[in-house]
Amino acid sequence: MAAGAVLLGVTSGALGTFAVLRRQSLVGDVMAHAALPGVVGGYLLAGERSLPAMLAGALVTGLVAAGLAWVLTHRLKVKSEAALGTGLGLGFALGVVLLSYVQRQPGAGSAGLESFLYGQAAATLRADVLVLAGVAVVGLGVATLLFGELKVATFDPVWARARGHRVALLDAGLTGLLAVAVVIGLQAVGVVLMSALVVAPAVAARQLTRSLGAMFWTAGALGGASALAGALLSAATPGLATGPVVVLVASAVAGLALLLGPERGRAAEA
Amino acid sequence: MQPLLDDVAFVVTATGVLTAAAAALVGSVLVVRGQAMLTDAVSHGVVFGIAATFLVTGAVSGPVQLLGATAAGVLTVVLTQALAGSGRVRRDAATGLVFPALFAAGVLVLSLFARDVHVDTHTVLLGEIGFVWLERVPLLGLEVPRAPLVLLGVLVLDALYVLAFHERLVAGSFDPVHARLQGLRPGAASLGLLVLVALTAVAALDAVGVVLFVAFAIVPAVAARLVAGSMVGVIAVAVAAASAAAVAGYPLAVSLDVSIGGTMALLTAVPLAAASAWRLARSSA
Amino acid sequence: MVTGAAVATAGLSVDYGDGPALRDVSLTVPAGVIGAVVGPNGAGKSTLVKAVLGLVAPAAGRVALLGDRPQRTRHRVGYVPQRSSVDWDFPADARDVVTMGLYRELGPFRRPGRAERERALAALETVGMGHLARRQIGRLSGGQQQRVFLARALVQDPELYLLDEPLAGVDAASEAAILAVLRAERARGKTVLAVHHDLGTLRDYFDWVALLNVTLRAQGPIDAALTDEVLADTYGGRVPLPPRGPARAAGAGLEVAPAR
Repeated sequence: MAAGAVLLGVTSGALGTFAVLRRQSLVGDVMAHAALPGVVGGYLLAGERSLPAMLAGALVTGLVAAGLAWVLTHRLKVKSEAALGTGLGLGFALGVVLLSYVQRQPGAGSAGLESFLYGQAAATLRADVLVLAGVAVVGLGVATLLFGELKVATFDPVWARARGHRVALLDAGLTGLLAVAVVIGLQAVGVVLMSALVVAPAVAARQLTRSLGAMFWTAGALGGASALAGALLSAATPGLATGPVVVLVASAVAGLALLLGPERGRAAEA
Repeated sequence: MQPLLDDVAFVVTATGVLTAAAAALVGSVLVVRGQAMLTDAVSHGVVFGIAATFLVTGAVSGPVQLLGATAAGVLTVVLTQALAGSGRVRRDAATGLVFPALFAAGVLVLSLFARDVHVDTHTVLLGEIGFVWLERVPLLGLEVPRAPLVLLGVLVLDALYVLAFHERLVAGSFDPVHARLQGLRPGAASLGLLVLVALTAVAALDAVGVVLFVAFAIVPAVAARLVAGSMVGVIAVAVAAASAAAVAGYPLAVSLDVSIGGTMALLTAVPLAAASAWRLARSSA
Repeated sequence: MVTGAAVATAGLSVDYGDGPALRDVSLTVPAGVIGAVVGPNGAGKSTLVKAVLGLVAPAAGRVALLGDRPQRTRHRVGYVPQRSSVDWDFPADARDVVTMGLYRELGPFRRPGRAERERALAALETVGMGHLARRQIGRLSGGQQQRVFLARALVQDPELYLLDEPLAGVDAASEAAILAVLRAERARGKTVLAVHHDLGTLRDYFDWVALLNVTLRAQGPIDAALTDEVLADTYGGRVPLPPRGPARAAGAGLEVAPAR
């Protein structure tokens, strides 16, 4: 369980770096809420509690919701916040409907699904850790392999395109990495609060570092530590969901970093 | 009258309509101002207020709760603006940092200290619209369900405020030149709007929970904005669309045996699809 | 279209949703000039730069960049965008940003090493920013940030520099440094084309000019092109001037488009 928490914390924290720098924190929120129908759908299609199926479903519906927001913004001239809110609201509503459908079915399998709302790290099985490790390796692997490309696409996409970098492809890749960052933590932290675990470690890391690479790994470390602390604390208190505890720890870390961080914290400017 | 108020279908549907209409009303203004996600932040933030008020006063409902929760919703936005204003965090990250933290704190307190009380983490997230007919208050010799009564009051308040101040609130939003100057609009009218959004979110909590409130606030307004060119037009269409979704949602949900609130919220996609299709057809014609 | 020109467009039109940004622009920028593109706000100057780089699709007309399609040649162009196009709150120092100019050479998988960092440092020294190489970019002044962008272009050793308002809001020292570099590059045989914001310094800094306001009003060597009539036509608003005969200006080597 601890291994799972560390894996998801490091992955979402590190990959969240790009989301925050690209000002896509809210996209992460949309993907997380809209993951709910995918989780339930994956369960329904697999016929049993299968983490790979549920995470795959989460990935799909999360990306669809983000895609819906994109279509609304680019084809229908809807303002971006409103488009994001639409994806979030409709995605979650669909998830609620599907969840209630499953809950009416006979069989106790749905108990596992409800835990995706606020997260339940203790419910992680040993086999799940392998799945999470696989997702982490893919996500972090792609990010480190293409780090330079992702860096230019994030910092100055217009210039990068003129220079000959494949920015459209990199954009799609970055969106995919965000989806991975969100999905990997859903079981432990839940759909409602997962986006905070993508944002808070990166915000904290920005206050403490001077380069993108340093920010990336620091965010990962802080995310992993927060997730671990949260998982252990919530396991110690029966009936306590993991999500809120993890998010509070991560937010506290971010708050501390904002107050004291040398890079741009108040202490430096005093 | 009393038989109507005792009819579950009527009460649940009416609650849904009132929730959807009130949410769409304030949501319309926020969407036109380019502040749609404020609804997300506020509705999550009120949970912190509910938890804090409960800790301090032990109250679970009533005017004190209403006040505390509304204040928390406003506080969420104020904190977010302050953080973004510090220059160290961009607006989207500030939003994504503040309201989840407050929401998490609220949920934590509720699950630790309010275990046996009516408000719990599940209700807060999803609402319990199917049970709103249970809690009643005596009014003018009748037994009136509390939730829709509160919602009716909030709806009237919202309508009066928005119709009185809508010009000031959305000044420039329909003018393409000035539309760029969106964003922070300090001023009493904006603060009043924020308070009302929080109040509406609190009132809607019992019925549909925090996230579905966002759906009712945003989706009908987006649909309305695609077809209407004036603030009054947007409000009218949004409220109508939201109400229709609520009315259609109840029988559909009952027949499929799924979440009533969820179905009502999901049905707001229908007017959105229709408005989008109309808009796309018009622009290619 | 004229071959051998650094930039050539023929009948270029670009549309944005609410109207044309550029209409029927036929521009020919000769190689080896330090040229300026001027015009009032909303004239389409930035759009022209983006169209020349192939970053926006034309509604009509053609673009040749260094004699070929932009998508093929733009990596040989040192593009210096407006400062406002970037969030300077990015975790990077000046040297980091300049090094990014070398990433394409390295390919997607190689990391920049000491050799690359030294080339970046050399470029920073050329623009007078060597002592600020390790400074976080968010802590640089506008002029210093502009010089970092220029160094990023320098490090590519491009044939053409395309700059979007490089001197706007820039302190005197930075302006001098930027101009010195551009002149030095021209002396090495490179071409410079900059969207310029200040008519007052036009003659001192540039030897070639194009006047743009959705349509191209005039282009050519500065001494000939910058006449009062052309300026009035470009900046004067919606009142169209009577058409000028081409014969009058032909002797000065100037090409004047009739007013619309």
